Amino acid sequence: MVLIFVGVSFGFVVGTLAGDAYSGRSTFELLPNQPRFFLYLFLFTVSVGVGISYFFYATGKSSYLQRELAISRQQAAEAQLKLLQSQLEPHMLFNTLANLRALIGTDQQRATAMLDSMIDYLRATLTASRATTHSLQDEFDRLDDYLALMAVRMGPRLTYTLDLPPELGSQPVPTLLLQPLVENAIKHGLEPKLEGGGVNIRAHREGNNIVLTVLDNGIGLSGGAGFGLTQVRERLQATYGDAAALYLGADSARSTCARITFPTQIA
Amino acid sequence: MITALIAEDEPLLAAALKAELERAWPALQVVAVVGDGASAVAQALALQPDVLFFDIQMPGMSGLDAAAELLDAWPLPIDGSKPFPALVFVTAFDQYAVAAFEAQAMDYLLKPVQPARLLKTIQKVQLAQQIRAQAAIKSVVSTDTQLEQTLAQLRALLPSMQAPAAQPLQMISAALAGSQGSTLQMVPIADVLYFEAADKYIRVLTANAEFLIRTPLKELLAQLDSNTFWQIHRGTVVRATAIHTVRRDEQGKLTVTLHGNPDKLAVSRMYSHLFKAM
Repeated sequence: MVLIFVGVSFGFVVGTLAGDAYSGRSTFELLPNQPRFFLYLFLFTVSVGVGISYFFYATGKSSYLQRELAISRQQAAEAQLKLLQSQLEPHMLFNTLANLRALIGTDQQRATAMLDSMIDYLRATLTASRATTHSLQDEFDRLDDYLALMAVRMGPRLTYTLDLPPELGSQPVPTLLLQPLVENAIKHGLEPKLEGGGVNIRAHREGNNIVLTVLDNGIGLSGGAGFGLTQVRERLQATYGDAAALYLGADSARSTCARITFPTQIA
Repeated sequence: MITALIAEDEPLLAAALKAELERAWPALQVVAVVGDGASAVAQALALQPDVLFFDIQMPGMSGLDAAAELLDAWPLPIDGSKPFPALVFVTAFDQYAVAAFEAQAMDYLLKPVQPARLLKTIQKVQLAQQIRAQAAIKSVVSTDTQLEQTLAQLRALLPSMQAPAAQPLQMISAALAGSQGSTLQMVPIADVLYFEAADKYIRVLTANAEFLIRTPLKELLAQLDSNTFWQIHRGTVVRATAIHTVRRDEQGKLTVTLHGNPDKLAVSRMYSHLFKAM
């Protein structure tokens, strides 16, 4: 603002001097004789200057905002793609198909059950980007599908329990919120452990809060869980603001606990 | 009798591969099926099979690390042992691994294993067996060419499987050994003589002190200049200019001594090519 005023004044003086040199008369002679006229002349210049400055400022700002919008849209699309890629990880997909292929020849009933779990898992993953929330019952059903697939693959190395009180079943929750935490428990906790282990997922109510926990007795907390945790935190922040929290910690030397707390009402 | 060992942590896949192998190659006997890398090494040494099928992703020790360890521990023909087995890697999806295998002409199978592709692998292994049998009739085998060849392939393969090196490290913050992690000290990389993996830590040895860091050796290696620091063993990385002498014992095992440090460090077969006399 100060810049505009200084610029306009400087422009007025230089422009007037140039005009005077051209016409051979001095505009500044008006100053003592006709101060009012001089003032109008000056104010006219100021208003034109401010108008033009505002025009450039506004167009500049709108193109800046458009760029910002395009960048944030691109970031959102990238985040969604990353989420989809992490859930439809080729390694997981081909290993599951390999197990299915093996079961078809030996145990058709289990093969059918595995295929059903896989269909539900794929459908949920592919539609998760469209719906923002679903019921806690749906959330636990999808985790059951995923864990059923992993249990076929890992055999006796994986045991799991899902514990959802019936009265919390209809509680809305961001779609597949727990999925990255359960994947971390398996990928970083149980898969690297020779004898495998168990994962326990439960929901309970604490006052006006819902608490979801994912507990595993794998190799313990390690550094390799980056993208999944960031993504869960961002989704909690976007849905509940500061009312929700994610805590990740070692319950004991050999177990890892991920714990989400959020209010029963979406803010 | 031709024998095989399968190392695969997913039980259904191990059983399926065994069944497919028995159908496609009736003369082959699968003598062991194991679910992790360490058992694969132990069983392969004990049973000395002719063919190995190693899954890449296994708990504890990967198929690649297991192969490297087995190459190091495999007895020489002078001890009357069999030559190193034919090695086939099995992986579900890893475009980098596949590219690396192709580049080194190493045999690999993609999961789900397709019967036609398995047959190709079997034919390749059988051909190699025949060539070796003929060579054995003509002359007494004194060197294990299969072992040397697999060593060379794996040496070329492993660096391409690791993450590209970032900016080389200049300093590391490390706990003074024996301080229980209460004292952290900045240690210039230029002072480090060697790194040695020990259980959950890496020991960092300088001329007059020992420190501990928690970074896994693989991650650390990616941040070191590979011309300055040489990996000479699965768990040992040493400053090349700190090496004083290299000794070879009767079994052909190499040991290095250092300038400014009395420790003796073992060199594994995987890295013995670094010390070939010029």
